[in-house]
Amino acid sequence: MISSANQASVTSDIAYPRDHRFTMRLLIIEDDRDAADYLAKAFREVGHVADLASDGEEGLAQALDGQYDVLIVDRMLPKLDGLSVIGALRSKGIETPALILSALGQVDDRVKGLRAGGDDYLPKPYSFSELLARSEVLARRRGGREETVYRVGDLALDRLSHQVTRAGEEIVLQPREFRLLEYLMKHAGQVVTRTMLLENVWDYHFDPQTNVIDVHISRLRSKIDKGFAQPLLHTVRGAGYVVRDSK
Amino acid sequence: MTALGKLLRTTAFKLTLVYLAVFAIFAAFLLMYFAWNTRRLITEQITQTVDAEITGLSEQYRQGGIRRLVFIVDARSRRPGSSLYLVTAPAGQTLAGNVGSLPAGTLNTTGWVETAYRRPDDPDGSVHHALVRVFQLPAGFRLLVGRDLEERERLRDIILAAGRWSLAIVVVLGIAGGLFVTRRVLKRIDAMTETTRKIMEGDLTGRLAIAGTGDELDRLASNLNDMLERIEALMHGLKEMSDNIAHDLKTPLTRLRNRCEEALRVAEDESQYRLALESTIEESEALIATFNALLMIARAESGQARDGMTDVDAAEIARGVGELYEPVADEKGIQLRVAAPAAVPVHGNRELISQALANLVDNAIKYGAPDNGLINGAEPEIVIEAMPDGERILLTVADAGCGIPAVDRGRAVERFVRLEQSRSQPGSGLGLSLASAVARLHGGELRLEDNHPGLRTVLSLPRAAQASATQ
Repeated sequence: MISSANQASVTSDIAYPRDHRFTMRLLIIEDDRDAADYLAKAFREVGHVADLASDGEEGLAQALDGQYDVLIVDRMLPKLDGLSVIGALRSKGIETPALILSALGQVDDRVKGLRAGGDDYLPKPYSFSELLARSEVLARRRGGREETVYRVGDLALDRLSHQVTRAGEEIVLQPREFRLLEYLMKHAGQVVTRTMLLENVWDYHFDPQTNVIDVHISRLRSKIDKGFAQPLLHTVRGAGYVVRDSK
Repeated sequence: MTALGKLLRTTAFKLTLVYLAVFAIFAAFLLMYFAWNTRRLITEQITQTVDAEITGLSEQYRQGGIRRLVFIVDARSRRPGSSLYLVTAPAGQTLAGNVGSLPAGTLNTTGWVETAYRRPDDPDGSVHHALVRVFQLPAGFRLLVGRDLEERERLRDIILAAGRWSLAIVVVLGIAGGLFVTRRVLKRIDAMTETTRKIMEGDLTGRLAIAGTGDELDRLASNLNDMLERIEALMHGLKEMSDNIAHDLKTPLTRLRNRCEEALRVAEDESQYRLALESTIEESEALIATFNALLMIARAESGQARDGMTDVDAAEIARGVGELYEPVADEKGIQLRVAAPAAVPVHGNRELISQALANLVDNAIKYGAPDNGLINGAEPEIVIEAMPDGERILLTVADAGCGIPAVDRGRAVERFVRLEQSRSQPGSGLGLSLASAVARLHGGELRLEDNHPGLRTVLSLPRAAQASATQ
């Protein structure tokens, strides 16, 4: 809802950008036939692999068998509801990231979903670009060793000393700007939506109705891109932002 | 079940039965005690009388021997109302006395004994009972003195009869009384049941009658009425809310549909269709945003978000929101300042309060700057404050813009109301409504005040209870 509300117009080139470096294997557990087909088709168009399950039991069985990168789980399912499916997987030690889709969108519903073992929560209706961006971020979570320095091109961010340099020059950032850049660089190469930024950098789950995020981004951009040859912080029309070495 | 059946199963009746049983047991016990004591008294009297007689007779015997004894006993026996006497010869014949036959072996006992006997003038007649004492005299003669137990037996009969009668009366009266009282109580409760049933079947305006006695049934009725009041208010609110939602969503849905219809009618080439589809998506998303906001307002108003509440710091919330909007304000040439030096604890939902405050700040940025850009040569300012105010805390957003005239302030908080001043800016018209709903959910209010010049919006929320020692 945010993506177009604050775009001047949604042009014909809505890009569904994807991380070209890997193909995701997704399992979509959704009982609404139309929605499931739509999602599967959209994911395949972008180059990912999507399997479908139409109820909780089938979904659980498939998730236990197959090797998936991400599970997309609808909360309300016949036979076994979404949260129970995830709970069952977690209790068997399956840590596949799960994104919960739900018509229930209030904060306490979200909290319940995440507590049940979900990794992200997207209320319906959602835009596909939002779902895609979040799925890709989930699928490529860095596990195990956490890097202390993020690098993209000649931009370096040290998470411990909070130092940011580009081409050797130090860049002074406000604390919030630092957190914003940190999140973008953590998911370097992947599209990050405005909602994701609002949730992860500010811990807000409401829609601010104005382009607050855009303004923060442009401020950040003026600090890390202005005066340098290569822009690293890109806007992806209809989706969000990405920090990427554009070579 | 029958009316009587219903009556008998009431607690009141069971209680009556319990009381009745307890009382009856006590009464029976008292009666028995009284009877036993009286019996003992009479027995004592008899033994005393007999002892006295024996003393006299033994004196006579000492003085005049057996002949004298017989003579005296004979004389005494004839007197009416006398005790019982018997003198027998060693062989067993009666020498004097007024006792007819005795059970065998009685004369061989010593000491006190209760025995049956017959009168001499009535040898085959009724058996009487007596308490007697037997003496063995020298040479085998025997003396027996005693008294008839008729009186004592009569007393026992009287008491037994009295007991039986009183028990019967008590039980009957008790049950009758119990039924009567129970029926009255049951009638009141039945009336209440009937009224609540009617109310639940449809007429939510009905209320229970209060008898005015102030007893527990009245208190119950009064509490039930309060509950009905609340239910009625909730149902009313629910109906209103669903009416509003239906209305609020039909307009943009109609608009959406019309656009699509128009496109079908008018569009000629692919690019025009594309444009129409894209605009449809845009409208849909605006609609979804509206719907979410309405849902949030509805939830806030019905109190559903109460469980998400914790102790939060309003100053921190103010800083967070201020920091989020500062760049936006800066772009418009407005200085956004947060004045929240000390911690201000509030018991509430951080998400909702942040959203409410964000709406207020957003409004201030949109409308809070005068058109000519500067005020007295300086940049216009928007100030977010968080401060305690007695029992409440205040989150305020003050701007120096055009403000809202006093007459419009009530209306501005209603859903979808956009005042003249705001027509030029994009917006849903729900920002103030949500802020107001959030304030009310927390037991507070949203106030719109004059900032001289400009607008000052105030979220007044109850202060958190002082829990920690540092407060």
